[in-house]
Amino acid sequence: MVSENLVKDVVSEPYKYGFVTDIETEKISKGLNEDTIRLISAKKEEPEYLLNFRLNAFRKWQKMNEPNWADLGYKKIDYQDIIYYSAPKQKEKISSLDEVDPKLLETFDKLGIPLTEQKKLTNVAVDAVFDSVSIATTFRKELAQHGVIFCSISEAVKDHSDLIEKYLGSVVPAYDNYFAALNSAVFSDGSFVYIPKGVKCPMDLSSYFRINSGDSGQFERTLIIAEESSSVSYLEGCTAPMFDTNTLHAAVVELIALDDASIKYSTVQNWYAGNEEGVGGIFNFVTKRGKCLGKRSKISWSQVETGSAITWKYPSCLLLGEESVGEFYSVALTNNLQQADTGTKMIHIGPKTKSTIVSKGISAGNSVNSYRGLVKMGSKASGSRNYSQCDSMLIGDQAAANTFPYIQSQQPNSEIEHEASTCRISEDQLFYLQSRGIEFEEAVSMMVSGFCRDVFNQLPMEFAAEADKLLALKLEGSVG
Amino acid sequence: MQSKKKELNPILEVNNLFASIENLPILKGVTISVNPGEIHAIMGRNGCGKSTLSKIIAGHPSYKVTKGEIKFAGNDIQSLEPEERAQSGIFLGFQYPIEIPGVSNLEFLRVATNARRKFLNKEELDTFDFEDLVKEKLDLVKMDSAFLSRSINQGFSGGEKKRNEILQMALLEPRIAILDETDSGLDIDALRIVASGIKKISNEQTGIILITHYQRLLDEIQPDYVHVMSDGQIIKTGESDLALELEKHGYEWTDNFTKE
Repeated sequence: MVSENLVKDVVSEPYKYGFVTDIETEKISKGLNEDTIRLISAKKEEPEYLLNFRLNAFRKWQKMNEPNWADLGYKKIDYQDIIYYSAPKQKEKISSLDEVDPKLLETFDKLGIPLTEQKKLTNVAVDAVFDSVSIATTFRKELAQHGVIFCSISEAVKDHSDLIEKYLGSVVPAYDNYFAALNSAVFSDGSFVYIPKGVKCPMDLSSYFRINSGDSGQFERTLIIAEESSSVSYLEGCTAPMFDTNTLHAAVVELIALDDASIKYSTVQNWYAGNEEGVGGIFNFVTKRGKCLGKRSKISWSQVETGSAITWKYPSCLLLGEESVGEFYSVALTNNLQQADTGTKMIHIGPKTKSTIVSKGISAGNSVNSYRGLVKMGSKASGSRNYSQCDSMLIGDQAAANTFPYIQSQQPNSEIEHEASTCRISEDQLFYLQSRGIEFEEAVSMMVSGFCRDVFNQLPMEFAAEADKLLALKLEGSVG
Repeated sequence: MQSKKKELNPILEVNNLFASIENLPILKGVTISVNPGEIHAIMGRNGCGKSTLSKIIAGHPSYKVTKGEIKFAGNDIQSLEPEERAQSGIFLGFQYPIEIPGVSNLEFLRVATNARRKFLNKEELDTFDFEDLVKEKLDLVKMDSAFLSRSINQGFSGGEKKRNEILQMALLEPRIAILDETDSGLDIDALRIVASGIKKISNEQTGIILITHYQRLLDEIQPDYVHVMSDGQIIKTGESDLALELEKHGYEWTDNFTKE
């Protein structure tokens, strides 16, 4: 019983980050072979071991097949039709923000991420990445006083080579999967964070990823290391212009937490999703994984995924340390013809490890939204526990929601709990709110926020408000 | 402004209303007129169309009006959305209040109250001012402020849900309130609380329609008129003693009535 004024066709909300910055860029030619990789490595003046890391990954990648197990349909990606390095032209050496091209600063200003000394956000340090390179990182000096290293991964390769050599690829091996191997071969920039022993990072750290060119892929790599008894909260935001072609984004994020360390990693992903007919949009194939190496270490992922034409992403935790904790809190919203296949893997290896999974999927329009997750209890994970809750909300009668939970246990003395639900915003609920004078759109948005509350509560405060607004915008016009 | 004269006009007029759901006719020519300050009771068997009438007045999208008119304060309201009707002062107390997980009751009440205040050109209330207002109204229905932090109606007992409805009525200060079986499922104490809440809220400007099966609510709240509804029509209208007759003889007594 669906009435006329409910749940009908979908009108897409104009994407407000869809502008293109007109800036002179240095691009290499399209295509991918060993020479491309040598060229990227040479541009970044990388040491030999890193070039070998890339080449090994590339050779493995060539023998691998693109995965097809996800519930996604998209036209084949032509890897020879992508530009693998694109950077805005800048002066050779930039010593301060004053030397950064004003157009770039303006771009980030427009995105709500002011970088200059006068305007920069006061409570969070930002690393701004534009296409293939990091443009600027704020608060570096202040952070350095605490021994915290926050810089682009290219700089880290130069200045902290020992850490890079030790940890790069230690969580996500170069040949881990098709897209991780591709990233390992061609990654251009990304953020690097190192929190020394006993330090509680004095402010939130954040990376903002901006794709500007339509024909280049973005392959960033993030590495975060939290030494014993340290802690950090890291935020990640992403946007891209509106192009009618699909742009490939294949990132790798690795987190390492040692004894008693904790890392909180929050993402608001708002890449361009394509138009109502499904033309254009980012193909987002991301490998994110954290290793709880130390005892009582903790890694917590929270994500709000609202953008991209295709999302393929499973932020995971390897729980090695005794009593280590993994968490995954996710809201994934799909509208129009978006497709998302996202979830997590919680691999319990050490004893008395704990993991929590809370996933909220919202599908509107003609979209498909799947949760896919693995909980594995290894043979030594005695006394370990997992709790999973996967809820789906359907808006309209054309959208689809799936849940694919995989559970494997080799340890009888462990507990795994899984709860799942699917609901639809009911006409009666909407009518109840409307009959109290609440506008239709607001009623929907109240109910969606209510549905996501468990996850929003996990986000840093400003992020939570942002996420709430973002969901409301994305759903505007999708019901009614 | 000729306000004095206007107050004598009915606040709600339903004229020869026909309505159906999925082509099944439910209302077959309902006529009722309510003046400000009046209390009307509508009684009748289950399925006779009482709840349908209330939902149609509030604008429920599932029902289709096929003939007749509904006037609120002199204007036809059929083209108005449910939220516009609510903002202008039509209130429906639900027979089965809906549970909405995750949405805080306090936030809901505040948004609803402000939507009504905006319509009345009154200043919207911020969180603090609203909390003061709501605490004052909580006393009317003897509700604890702990209810405010819970999700809308979620896990509320039957009585708590009904009290929450009356709390909403108190906050929204409607011009016409239709209370659909607000007394059903209540024990005697809860019934007294709800009834006294309704009495305290009622005033010279507000018309009230009580849809009920039982005399016991009408013992607490004396109606000015009682209507008996059967098969989509109002077949008899009288004063409060009509309800007593019904109580005595049962609905069978009405079977031989035809539309007056």
